[in-house]
Amino acid sequence: MTDIGRAGMDAEGGLEAAALVVETHEAEVEAREAGGDTDKTTGDGAGGALARRRRKEAALAYVLLLPALVLFGVFSFYPFFRNFKLMLYETPPVPGLPARYVGLHQIVPTITSTEFTQSLVTTVIFVVLVVPISLILGLALAVAAHRKLKGIGIYRMIFSSTVVSSVAVASVVFGTLLNPVVGLLPWLGINPTPPALESTTWALPSVALITIWQFLGLSFIIMSAGLQSVPDELLEAARIDGAGAWTRFWRMTVPLLSPTIFFGFVVSTIYAFQAFGAIDILIGNSNAVRLHTNVLIYNIVNTLQVSNNPGAAAIMATVLFLIMLGLTVLQMRLLERRVNYGR
Amino acid sequence: MAAETASARHRRLRTLGSYAFLTAAAIVILFPIYVTIVNSLLRPDQLVEQPPPLVPTSPQWHNYVAAWTTGSMSTYMATSAIMTFAIVAGQLVTSILAAYAFAFLRFPLKRTLFVVCLATLMIPLEVTFITNLDTVTSLHWFNTYEGLAVPFLATGFGIFLLRQAFLQIPRDLQEAAQLDGYGHLRFMTRVAVPLARPSLAALGVFSFLAAWNQYLWPLVATGGQTPLNTVQIGLKALLGQQVSQIPISLAGAVIAFVPLLILLLIFQKQLVRSLTAGAVK
Repeated sequence: MTDIGRAGMDAEGGLEAAALVVETHEAEVEAREAGGDTDKTTGDGAGGALARRRRKEAALAYVLLLPALVLFGVFSFYPFFRNFKLMLYETPPVPGLPARYVGLHQIVPTITSTEFTQSLVTTVIFVVLVVPISLILGLALAVAAHRKLKGIGIYRMIFSSTVVSSVAVASVVFGTLLNPVVGLLPWLGINPTPPALESTTWALPSVALITIWQFLGLSFIIMSAGLQSVPDELLEAARIDGAGAWTRFWRMTVPLLSPTIFFGFVVSTIYAFQAFGAIDILIGNSNAVRLHTNVLIYNIVNTLQVSNNPGAAAIMATVLFLIMLGLTVLQMRLLERRVNYGR
Repeated sequence: MAAETASARHRRLRTLGSYAFLTAAAIVILFPIYVTIVNSLLRPDQLVEQPPPLVPTSPQWHNYVAAWTTGSMSTYMATSAIMTFAIVAGQLVTSILAAYAFAFLRFPLKRTLFVVCLATLMIPLEVTFITNLDTVTSLHWFNTYEGLAVPFLATGFGIFLLRQAFLQIPRDLQEAAQLDGYGHLRFMTRVAVPLARPSLAALGVFSFLAAWNQYLWPLVATGGQTPLNTVQIGLKALLGQQVSQIPISLAGAVIAFVPLLILLLIFQKQLVRSLTAGAVK
């Protein structure tokens, strides 16, 4: 949906996992429907009236579904399937010439091009920088705030607060913090040349830092929600049995929290794979380090808008889609196992 | 007696330690925001002072005026507000209608259509935006409010969330309403929707957050250079390279952040609820 996403986004990853719960509720619906059926047949008697009512009910249902289904059709499924068609066409680099059909011949050159493989490697490095740190920090904050203390609500509010920061706000904030002539850095004597955002070594970690800060709020919220589902009595019993705080954390909290941690892992990975805004704002196309921060989405947007080749962009977008699909399926598999085990 | 006081002291020390850690963490997290607020109130020449001022001694409120007027933040905010309200309202309406059908009505292909709605959650924007850009252009919606909002007026997540809320409504209530002669539309507007208010609020807050903070789509759907920029795209334009421009762009960032901060303060519970909808259970 968005960068939040991306919040979302990330936030948005959360949505993807939501699909899992469906099956459980399916049963509920069946039960309700079965109940409805008996009620109506006993009440109605006449078969013709019942059939008419059924038809009316179905017609109403389709009318209610229409707006959503039309929007999904036009703006989700049509583009999704058209993407596969786009992959078969190549647009010549000279403007004005029409796209020509090349079949599958464009796919291999695109995904083996140095630009794309480098972009993929950059993205993976970025994900590795962002995901573990934001999860560990989120967990540490959640454990620290999982106590009945006076004023804990204020701390929880502060720890969640970065979830509402947009990528543009975060970029402006950190762009200034990392500015080589303004404020803290020059005062602390940290004066790298070239400055962090223009350094081939430090540009990507700088963007990762911004992303970690931004994701920390969601990471904290996810971990806190997980902790709340861990029964306190269990930890209390372990404490009485003489288990120290460290042992309790590693032997009880972490294993009990593993589904939450894994959920956080999938959400943050999807979030990190979708990084775009901070790079667009702070690095941009003119910067010399562009090639070192050329993450997947940035490369896709550039392929579409600068190189003007929708076919190649569609191929890259499909690779991104497959990566995300893989992550979501992995998540489902593991959750399924947990549910079955629990029953 | 002595042992008791020792354990009490131990406990007090532990509490003190917790507070110390929590406070340190809070300071680190809030530090970037604090510096931003301070710097947004400085004169450009104060920005390069050593050591950097940690309190604005003579706050330059006109930086905010400059961001709002010459920096065009007022236009950006208006654009974002219109786009966001259109998306939130649209998502609430389409989700209520569809979720109602899935929760209360019987019809052929129900299960399939529900899976279709959920499947949209698996299709990332990065795949759809290439074609959606063409679609929006051919509808003459490029760089219009329609182009910004219409692609996002329905959401599988919203349908999922509200369907769950509707399923919680007791059957007795439905039967009683039926006996009172309530048709489906009346039951939906008078009973189902009011009872699902907590979930509607959660969805509304979530939609607001997602829409307000969108970056990629508003950038490509407006070309990023035109009057119809949202706050997020506007901030990019405001972020100048000169030191003299920095306090104004920081003021812009604070202005862009405020609506969401208010949102968090009022709706923290609902926001947490929607963000963790898929996490626990």
